[in-house]
Amino acid sequence: MFDGDMKNNVNGGGIELNNVSHSYDGLTVLKNLSLNIKPDEFIVLVGPTGCGKSTLLNIISSYLKPQEGSLKTNGAIRTVFQKDGLFPWLTVAENISMGLQSIRIPGHREKELKELLSIIQMEQFRDHYPNQLSGGMRQKVELARALAGDSNILLMDEPFSSLDYQTRLRLRKELVLLLGKRRRTVVFVTHDIGEAAQLADRLLVLSDRPARICDDLYIDIEKPRDITDPRVTEVMRNILIRMGLQTKDQPIIA
Amino acid sequence: MNELKQRVVKSEERSYLTFISPFVVIITGVLLWHLITLSGIFPSYSLPSPLAVLQSFKEEFAGGRLFTDIIASLWRVVVGFTISSALAIPIGLWLGKNALPRKALLPVINFFRFLSPLAWIPFAILWFQIGDKPAIFLIFLATFFPLAVATMSAVFTIPTIYFRVAHDYHYNKIQMLTRVVLPAVLPQLITALRVNYGIAWVVIVAAEMVGCQDGLGYGIWEARNGLRLDAAVCYMIIIGLLGMIIDRLLFRLTRLSNVRWGYEK
Repeated sequence: MFDGDMKNNVNGGGIELNNVSHSYDGLTVLKNLSLNIKPDEFIVLVGPTGCGKSTLLNIISSYLKPQEGSLKTNGAIRTVFQKDGLFPWLTVAENISMGLQSIRIPGHREKELKELLSIIQMEQFRDHYPNQLSGGMRQKVELARALAGDSNILLMDEPFSSLDYQTRLRLRKELVLLLGKRRRTVVFVTHDIGEAAQLADRLLVLSDRPARICDDLYIDIEKPRDITDPRVTEVMRNILIRMGLQTKDQPIIA
Repeated sequence: MNELKQRVVKSEERSYLTFISPFVVIITGVLLWHLITLSGIFPSYSLPSPLAVLQSFKEEFAGGRLFTDIIASLWRVVVGFTISSALAIPIGLWLGKNALPRKALLPVINFFRFLSPLAWIPFAILWFQIGDKPAIFLIFLATFFPLAVATMSAVFTIPTIYFRVAHDYHYNKIQMLTRVVLPAVLPQLITALRVNYGIAWVVIVAAEMVGCQDGLGYGIWEARNGLRLDAAVCYMIIIGLLGMIIDRLLFRLTRLSNVRWGYEK
């Protein structure tokens, strides 16, 4: 193994939030939220717009300090954003290399970079700039950057929502395969119920502002999951019911 | 296939036309100028003919005077503009990132930004007498304040997401400045440099008219005193051409691979 390299989550990856509260100008977004996430768990957060999902990610990444309560994380945290998270003045290789600073020996860093480019199947694009890539390619590069080096926890803030449906389906599958090769703890925010059902080990349904956990659902289906798999559609139905968007008697396509 | 060939031919014709069109405009303009001078509407001392200007070019070049004036003006612009950029860019970056000094200094910066550099001419001559210094001082004053404000404004437009990414990768303050803020504003900074260089080139003429004994501006002033407007036009043409050439050089910065993203939205 390289120095500073943690291809898998050998140390850390756990997240613990205790009674976390946060407000913006008197508007309470999170109130007494407690959550315990185990290493390597793939958590998906779903909930109404503006309920505080992104605030929660900002707090976990320590970009925001919670006004009340405490946060414990174990390991390096990286975020994959909805879009435009790459530095446009850096090439694909340079962007990914940002995540490889912990590897001190240049030869090892280069080897790791090549491996990551190969995993995302973008070896021939290493010297391209982000504005020369498609939206899906950019998200793959961002994912590779987040997976590079010594990261333990991935925060994914609607990472595929700005992409077309076909690309979204493809990237979901690629994400599962990537995490099979490099295990990480993932906190994934989405509005897409299908995405949640396909990716989550554990699904948290959040309430309207101030966010509280309405439902904590464990999904024990092997991955990658096909969107048409009856077990996945059943999970989707279940989520919709728990979100109050569907009654138990209705079919999934209402 | 034929259609494709036709399209290629049309596109080649278009690029050829694009190339020659400025020359057509210039030649037409010179011909019109020549016709007007031939018509005798204006006396020759108030509107020199293109041939008289050409003759003046020959004389100025042969005497070596034009060459030394070009060097003198270029030197003043380069020194004044370099000092101004070296100070205005870091100050603009600092103001863009720090609210308190921005609030404190912005009214003063804006006050001086709106003050014509020509208003400083009496002070420039009193403080620095005649020579390079007053001209350099005026170029500095003309470009420092707008460049600082342009840099500061560019910092405001940096998307927050870049700072979030930098936070994830544990960038320290110096890395934040050199690896995030500076590259993020570079495309806008290049545009600001081009605009301010244009201002510097305009100011040098006025500055040299009153504060120097050589230079392109002084050349025009001297030509006017000697009622040699053909020589003045000759200097004007040189000023315009040099301005364009240096702007083209600065424009080439926009083609650098790590700033092109800023111009290709």
